[in-house]
Amino acid sequence: MPEWLTQLWPGLEASAALLALEPPGWGGNLLRGAASSLIIAFGAFSLGCVIGVGGALGKLGGGPVARDLLAVYTTVVRAVPELILILLLYYAGTDLLNQALRAFGYRPIEISGLAAGIGVLGIVQGAYATEVLRGAIQSVPRGQIEAARAYGMSRVQTFRRVTFPAMLPLALPGLSNLWLIATKDTALLAIVGFSELTLETRQAASSTRAYFTFFLASGAIYLLMTLISGKVFSWIEAHFRRGQAGARA
Amino acid sequence: MIRALLQPHRLGLLALALALVVWAGMTLRWDWIPRYWELGLAGLWRTLWLLVLSTLIGFLLAVPLGLAQAAGPVWLAAPARWFCTVVRGTPLLLQIWLIYYGLGSLFPQYPWIRQSDLWPYLRQAWPYALLALSLSYAGYEGEVMRGAFKSVPHGQLEAARAYGFSRWSVLRRIWLPQAMARALPTLGGETVLQLKATPLVATITVIEIYSVASRVRQDTFIIYEPLLLLALVYMAIAGLIALGFRWLERRYATGLV
Repeated sequence: MPEWLTQLWPGLEASAALLALEPPGWGGNLLRGAASSLIIAFGAFSLGCVIGVGGALGKLGGGPVARDLLAVYTTVVRAVPELILILLLYYAGTDLLNQALRAFGYRPIEISGLAAGIGVLGIVQGAYATEVLRGAIQSVPRGQIEAARAYGMSRVQTFRRVTFPAMLPLALPGLSNLWLIATKDTALLAIVGFSELTLETRQAASSTRAYFTFFLASGAIYLLMTLISGKVFSWIEAHFRRGQAGARA
Repeated sequence: MIRALLQPHRLGLLALALALVVWAGMTLRWDWIPRYWELGLAGLWRTLWLLVLSTLIGFLLAVPLGLAQAAGPVWLAAPARWFCTVVRGTPLLLQIWLIYYGLGSLFPQYPWIRQSDLWPYLRQAWPYALLALSLSYAGYEGEVMRGAFKSVPHGQLEAARAYGFSRWSVLRRIWLPQAMARALPTLGGETVLQLKATPLVATITVIEIYSVASRVRQDTFIIYEPLLLLALVYMAIAGLIALGFRWLERRYATGLV
């Protein structure tokens, strides 16, 4: 280690030892936590997008009852803190699933934290994705969709060939924002005891009492995730904006 | 409004919702409410003032942050941009824990802090919660205000300068009011997000409305009822925030070009 660096920051060597990848260092735990955070974020984001597409199509083209129910869904999810939704859906989801299993004569199971986390955060993401995608679909010029229908394309074909590609560049900024929210919302699962990055960090910090070292280190990991995904999304956006009128990368 | 509610399918849905509420009132357990009533009100009060104070402090910090990024010299703009990026790029829960456990373990090492008049406050959790929430709001709103400052047409500022306004009065009388009016719709949404962030401070032992509900859960093993009631409370507060901002928008954001 360079001389001037250790002089500038006397605790550096101790911090580096604490963050070492091999035990007794805690770096490996942090990286494992970061990996499970990423998996949950990715799963929740994908689930959210699927729900969002369904929700947006339902809001735009569904019957009156479906529209009202979707409005209730997006309003409630966007007004109630994620933490409470996570607890409610976590407990209620496990309960309902086990009751259903019991009714069909199976034994109750323990839902894995991973599946529960993905499911719950996915439902939360779905509400936001519904609004993002609805806005994007609405701003596709109506004439294009009508033209596709007039050419004899079915509704599914119209969506796949015209609406979807045309709305994607409009939806991407909102979706990239949602992905960032997903990576940060995984931290909430620490409160229900799922060992993702934030909980691993807290355990490392409280057993070594080196709070600043660990919280700053995992802050850096989160920041790295955010910055890299920002770059990736702007690249994707530039890719899908090719050939659009007034396109700006 | 009324007519929109009287469509046949809405009547059906309303009846269904009413039936759900009646069912919840009859079959779920609400007998814990009288015992925790006062604690709940105290918690609600704490949630509300944490929300109001942190948005006010955060907004006061966000104005210079946004101004520095929109028009400041590089040595001001770069740190401001970094602050916003770091705050927006890391989870609030992590920030809260960093400030509470980090600063909380750092301060007692300095005797002069322990002997200062502030020490009785620094030993409690809420100053750290307030600091973390305010910094977070400042980070997000600094970004919003940057866009808002930039969206005010430059010609107006030049016209004001040409009329002999000083730089300070251009900011006070033209730039800031218009930037705030333009930012209002975003700020409303962000304030609801800030409300949704307040229960996180329960993890550092601040007793607000969420932690009252978790205490009911721990004491009585009743899971759903406190959480459902809590969800209703948050929805009511979020509705009030939305109404308030709609009023502000009607009052201040009309006639913008």
